[in-house]
Amino acid sequence: MRALLKRDFALAKSQGGGLGAALGFILSVIVLVPLALGPDQNLLQRIAPGIMWLALLLSVLLTADRMFQQDYEDGSLDIMVMAKIPFELVTFTKAIAHWLIVSLPLAVISPPLGLLLNIDIGQLPILWVAMIIGSLALSMLASIGGAVTAGLRRGGLLVSLLILPLYVPVLIFGIAAGTTNLGPNSSNSALLMLIALTIMSLVVAPWACAAALKAYLR
Amino acid sequence: MSEALRLRAENLGCERGGRLVFDHVNFELHAGELMELRGPNGTGKSSLLRLLAGLNTPAAGSIMLENAGADATLPEQSHYIGHAEANKPALTVLQNLEFWAEVLGGTEITNALSTFGLQALANDQALLLSAGQKRRLALARLIVAKRPVWLLDEPTVGLDATSISQLQAVAAAHLEVGGMIIAATHTELGMKAERHLQLGPLR
Repeated sequence: MRALLKRDFALAKSQGGGLGAALGFILSVIVLVPLALGPDQNLLQRIAPGIMWLALLLSVLLTADRMFQQDYEDGSLDIMVMAKIPFELVTFTKAIAHWLIVSLPLAVISPPLGLLLNIDIGQLPILWVAMIIGSLALSMLASIGGAVTAGLRRGGLLVSLLILPLYVPVLIFGIAAGTTNLGPNSSNSALLMLIALTIMSLVVAPWACAAALKAYLR
Repeated sequence: MSEALRLRAENLGCERGGRLVFDHVNFELHAGELMELRGPNGTGKSSLLRLLAGLNTPAAGSIMLENAGADATLPEQSHYIGHAEANKPALTVLQNLEFWAEVLGGTEITNALSTFGLQALANDQALLLSAGQKRRLALARLIVAKRPVWLLDEPTVGLDATSISQLQAVAAAHLEVGGMIIAATHTELGMKAERHLQLGPLR
C-alpha cells in the first residue's frame, strides 16, 4: 500500500498532520513542569522519564480522532473497501502512516527535550529505544480509537476514554524499561514486554479498526 | 471480462437503523445492459447501490455475480460513484487520480483526464474545482481502472450538457464491451435502459 502512504504524506505536508500541535503540547508540558514543581533538581531527575512518557502518550492521543475522519466523510473509505486488497491492510497502513508522520518524530525528538528536566544522560539511550518502540504501539492503539469515532464530530473525548485504558500497559512497561540500566549483560524484561505489547497491537488493531469502520459505512 | 457476465438479486431486503427500507427486490442484469433505478426520495436507491457495492450486508436475500471468474466478488468488480466524491481537496487532480489508479489497480490516468476534459486542471488542487468539475473527477475513476460493473448514484448531478454527453459516450462504450451499469436517477439519462427497477413507495 505504497500509494496510501504516499498520499497520507502528501496530505500531511499540505495541511499539517497534527505533528505541530502535538510537538507544541510536549514542549509546553516539559517547559511548565519544572516551573510548577519548583527547582528541585533531584526531584525533576527522578520524575523526568515519567513526564516524558506522559507527554508523548497524551500528544499522540490528541491526534487520534482525526485519523479516519476525513476519509470517512469524503467517501474515500467506501472506495477503499472495494479495492482488491483486504481492508485490514488499509487500516494497518493508515496506522503506520500515523506512526511515521506523528508518533515516530515525537518519540525521536522528545527524549533530548528531557534535558530540560535534568534527565540522567545515562538513561537517555534506553528511554529513546523504549519510546520509539512504544510509539508504534501508541499509534496502533490510537487507530482503534480513531476508527471507533470516525463518524463523530467531536470524538476527542470518547477517544481518550476508550484508549486510555489500553495505553496503561504501554506506559507501565515503557517507564519500567526506561529506568533499567542498559548494560552488556542486563536482561531488560520490561523492554521485552513492551516489544510484546507492540507486536500484539500490530496484530489486533488493524482488525478492530476494519470492523469498526465497516460498521460505520452501512 | 467474461462474455456471459450476469448479476442476479433475489428477494433482496435492506434494513437501515432498524427500519426496513425495501424488501423482495428481484432483478437480473446481463452483460451490456443498463438498469435505471427510480423511486421517490428515501425509497432505498442509494441503499441498494451500497448493498451491491458490498458496503452494507443485505437483511434478506442474496446477490450473485455469475461468470466473473473464480475468486471475483461483486465489490471488487464494481465501481461505485456515490454522493461523496472521495476527492482529497488538498491534493491536485492528478494526484487524486494517481492514488485511485494504484488502489483500484488501473493505469489509464491520461485517458481518464482527457475523457472528462480535466487535462487543463490536472495540476490544480481539487479544492479549487467547481461542483461539476469535482463530479467529473469522481467519474474519471470509471476510466482509470477497468471494472465491469458500474454503480452510479445520480451521476448527472451538477454536470453541464457537454459533460453529460461525455458521460453518455463513456457509458455507451462501456456497455458495448460487455459491461453493466446500474444508475439511480431522477432525471432522464438520455440513454436507452434495457431494464427498469422502480423502488417505493415509502412505507
